[in-house]
Amino acid sequence: MDERCRAVAALIFAAEGPLSLDRLCQFFECSRADLRPAIAQLQELYPPRKSGFYLAEVAGGYQFRTDSDLATWLGKLNRERPFRFSQAALETLAMVAYRQPVTRGEIEYLRGVDSGGVLKTLLDKGFLRILGKKDVPGRPLMYGTSKHFLEFFGLKDLSALPTLKEFSALEPVPDSEPGRVETEGEARPLLISNEVEPTTE
Amino acid sequence: MTIEISLHNFDGPLDLLLHLIKTNEMDIADIQMVEITEQYLSVIEHMKQLNLDVAGEFLLMAATLIHIKSRMLLPVIEEPDSEEDELDPRAELVRRLLEYQRYKDAANSLDRLPCLKREVFLRQFVESDVAGVGAEEDLSIGIYQLAAAFHQLLRHSQVEFIHEVVREQLSVADFVHKILDQLGRCGQQSFTDLFPHGATRQEMVVTFLAMLELVKMRMVKISQSVEFQPIWLRLAVSATEMDPASLDEGAFGYG
Repeated sequence: MDERCRAVAALIFAAEGPLSLDRLCQFFECSRADLRPAIAQLQELYPPRKSGFYLAEVAGGYQFRTDSDLATWLGKLNRERPFRFSQAALETLAMVAYRQPVTRGEIEYLRGVDSGGVLKTLLDKGFLRILGKKDVPGRPLMYGTSKHFLEFFGLKDLSALPTLKEFSALEPVPDSEPGRVETEGEARPLLISNEVEPTTE
Repeated sequence: MTIEISLHNFDGPLDLLLHLIKTNEMDIADIQMVEITEQYLSVIEHMKQLNLDVAGEFLLMAATLIHIKSRMLLPVIEEPDSEEDELDPRAELVRRLLEYQRYKDAANSLDRLPCLKREVFLRQFVESDVAGVGAEEDLSIGIYQLAAAFHQLLRHSQVEFIHEVVREQLSVADFVHKILDQLGRCGQQSFTDLFPHGATRQEMVVTFLAMLELVKMRMVKISQSVEFQPIWLRLAVSATEMDPASLDEGAFGYG
């Protein structure tokens, strides 16, 4: 491995957040095309599920992350309890992620409940950002997801979001947890789902 | 059919309605409005019995259900002009339910993604490490963060004075002397006359305190002949016996 390639790895390792290709180009004063082979070589060297950590592509940059199957071991390192979203926060986050830019009114119509508090919490935690004001009466704020949102869920960009299903029938109630929808595993005879691409404007 | 439902499981009226429709194994395209409305209302009634605050949103949904139910009882009048009118009053509700379910499902898929500090971990950084590499890149800040930072700054900065209220300094000693002067002139005075008309609340309080001080020092005697009759203040000492030093401001300890 040449020195530049090693330096790229070292920089990504030492940087606090994901390091974008453009930023790496600034360090080495070269073009993106010059660095691509180095990145590709590193991705080959640090693939997921091989050495405990891997070179991930998150939020438009590169970052070393631990393999997710090692969570139980790493959880012991972490003294604080793992962060948990409330159902309301997850729903709201999903609506913003797939429909951004979206206003509070639109979210409240979708959810059928007041969502001001949830939006405030998500803004405070840095998952959302304000994109501007909608050009309609009242000029409501438009919300979108932040860079931190992508980092948190380990997404390369918004197009990496799980595909949004189109439902034309209801999912059956799982026996274990009333009132909550579970989609994994079991056969779903009632479900007719057509995969659609998430809107990434 | 009785329904046992823990209300904490429900995020909102749409969530509850979805659950009711599913447990009844109804076809979403053909919701039995009579049955669903009845069950929905009984859940709300149940909430009331448990002395839970029924959120406005749940009541709004109840009203919507009843409205749809009543519309379904009316004969459908087909007007050729109103093409856009939905013939099925349930259509909007169904659309909202399906849309809601879509995002509920999306929320669950989000939750299944490997998250930071739950499934995926990063190297830990302390403040000083952050200053060097990559700091310039993180200069972009949202309007919300900016406003929040400013808000915090404002809170920590000095409080702006919009209007300053000047507190009038009233001294108990001054009022003690005033009372003594008045009593020295007339020999006795009624309690109500002690408080002149138009005196401020503060003046009245200080006058009352001065009077109590005088009584404590046994310089003034207070008496009332019969209940509900005027209360009289009298000098209990002769002018020569007074110790002027004991009537200084400091002696009373009001500062």
